[in-house]
Amino acid sequence: MEWIQQLVNGISVGSIYALIALGYTMVYGIIKLINFAHGDVFMLGAFIGFFAITRWDVGFLPALIISMVLCAIIGVIIERVAYKRLRSATRIAALITAIGVSFLIEYTMIFFRGPGLETYPEVLPNTSIDVFGVSVSSKSILILIVTIILMILLQFIVHKTKIGKAMRAVSLDADAARLMGINVDNTISATFAIGSALAGAAGVIFGAYYTRIEPLMGVLPGLKAFIAAVLGGIGNIPGAMVGGLVLGVVETVVSAFGFSLWRDAAAFIILILILILKPSGLFGKNTREKV
Amino acid sequence: MAEKRTLKRFASVFLASSLIVGALAACSGKEGTSTAGNTSGESSDVIKIGANLELSGSVASYGSSIGQGAELAVEEINAAGGIDGKKIELVKVDNKSDNAEATNAAVKLATQEKVVAMIAPATSGNVIATTQIANQYKIPTVTASGTAPNVTENEDGSINEFVFRTCFIDPFQGIVAANFATKELGAKNVAIYADNASDYAKGLAASFKEQIEANGGTVVAEEAYVADDTDFNSTLTRIKSANPDFIFIPGYYEEVGLIVKQARELGIEAPLMGADGWDSPTLVELAGSEALNNTFITNHYSSQDPDETIQGFVKAFEGKNNESPNAFHALGYDTVYFIKDAIERADSTDGEAIQKALAETKDLSLITGTFSVDEKHNPVKSATVLEYVDGEQKFNSKVNP
Repeated sequence: MEWIQQLVNGISVGSIYALIALGYTMVYGIIKLINFAHGDVFMLGAFIGFFAITRWDVGFLPALIISMVLCAIIGVIIERVAYKRLRSATRIAALITAIGVSFLIEYTMIFFRGPGLETYPEVLPNTSIDVFGVSVSSKSILILIVTIILMILLQFIVHKTKIGKAMRAVSLDADAARLMGINVDNTISATFAIGSALAGAAGVIFGAYYTRIEPLMGVLPGLKAFIAAVLGGIGNIPGAMVGGLVLGVVETVVSAFGFSLWRDAAAFIILILILILKPSGLFGKNTREKV
Repeated sequence: MAEKRTLKRFASVFLASSLIVGALAACSGKEGTSTAGNTSGESSDVIKIGANLELSGSVASYGSSIGQGAELAVEEINAAGGIDGKKIELVKVDNKSDNAEATNAAVKLATQEKVVAMIAPATSGNVIATTQIANQYKIPTVTASGTAPNVTENEDGSINEFVFRTCFIDPFQGIVAANFATKELGAKNVAIYADNASDYAKGLAASFKEQIEANGGTVVAEEAYVADDTDFNSTLTRIKSANPDFIFIPGYYEEVGLIVKQARELGIEAPLMGADGWDSPTLVELAGSEALNNTFITNHYSSQDPDETIQGFVKAFEGKNNESPNAFHALGYDTVYFIKDAIERADSTDGEAIQKALAETKDLSLITGTFSVDEKHNPVKSATVLEYVDGEQKFNSKVNP
């Protein structure tokens, strides 16, 4: 029974990693940029949800949607202001800018509201359901359902809509896509919008599930999601989902064996192993980079 | 060891910077001797007490509470005529809950503000970052709530001459918790879940374990977490399967709030117990008042203690701040009276004279108990056990050392 319980724990953590990892992987897939500010968009999402719930008195789902919309806008602004003019610059310049944007968001937040923590109000029904002797909180089930719906929605957008088709075309070859009449700038903005909206959703879910939010909360989940994206093969959308879930379960198993202090180390060891043994990740295509 | 080395490096950096500051001060002194004469004239009718506190950062609620308590005490003393006719001036400096900033603040208080005595930071780690400065400048320093044994006593057994405290030490809280678990709750199989990143929690866990084993109990699970963790479900599931009838969780409210909440969600019904690190209104917000039922803490004092002097303090504090005083308020208040008592007995504002008087304190009656200072600069006093009932702390019992 203990192991089923641990699996449930792992999937709950993993689904939050997966939601953040999707944004990393989509942005990397389209402009080959590791957007380190993504973890902070996740933090902003959590705070937007918090203010929506406490100030405007809305429920969980409206807060989730408000947060997703505002985060999408923030993501587009970040891309237009910080990354767009660096599109033809070296990749290392863009990467350093991303780290700069990350710090800018974190410390602007601390400047305006201080570094203290905020407590999410109880927005979700909180009853424990006994399934075969395993107590599963209704909260984690609800969160899992929301996560799955968002992922299905994303798959639908990427594979069945015009903008999804454009995104796939740009990620394959931006120049060829432009020649085919695709507006590359708008497509990249759309990618940032969708990725940031998912991070915002993850923020609200995190807040509702774990209660405690603070301005530097995005750092560690951001890094973990990055590992998840690399694990699944960066640039690969189903890979990010699987990578997130696998990472969550692995971390939980490490704690379950009594090595809780090694949990974060385990995640980073996975990153190192993947980079050494299979840099393209579990689902990545093994192609050499074009020169 | 590594910690010690970095501490030394910090100390040498600050020594160097303080030398520069000193040199600059000397320069400016030469330029305007008239102002120097003026300040010394001022200092004769004011006694400056520094307060190096966590006014922002992760444990801001401790530091600002101590500050409020100290302010009330200073107001009372000044209203009653001060110390030998001299008014006390409280100089507060924010150390941002950070070790390096705490050292900085201590240097500032010692060299620029030239305080007579200092109230040291709230958490043990931050206090330790200031002890060298206190010894070096011979400024008696009293921490209101730094409970780790190594605040006053170094690893080699030597005593930090100028460092004192108003609170009892960690091992004592661990012993009280263990005795409470066996005698009051009848616990036999206990689990320990401690913050591995803080000396405070590790010290408590060690003394709790020793005492509970001496009482005939068994430790069935011993787990650890690291500060800033948010997900404790997997380790709690592991603890649950060991089936303990009591869980001791030494740590700070930011994580403990989440641990208590997640433990109850996983269906752990056993009584949970912690120490003064739990004492913050934020704990109730994080955990929820329902999850906190059947949890206990050891603490320095209770505002519901029927004692007359305590009720007098509670009334005075509520009149000024519109809230009921917590243990940090009371300790901050007591710390000022502890220093005041020593200055009066020393009949001097000289650092070494005050230090001697502090070390000789005997049967001083304060809000958090009547205490004497032992040879390790620790007060010998009583502890209080509180129970959370629907989010409110209720006075449970008082335990003597």
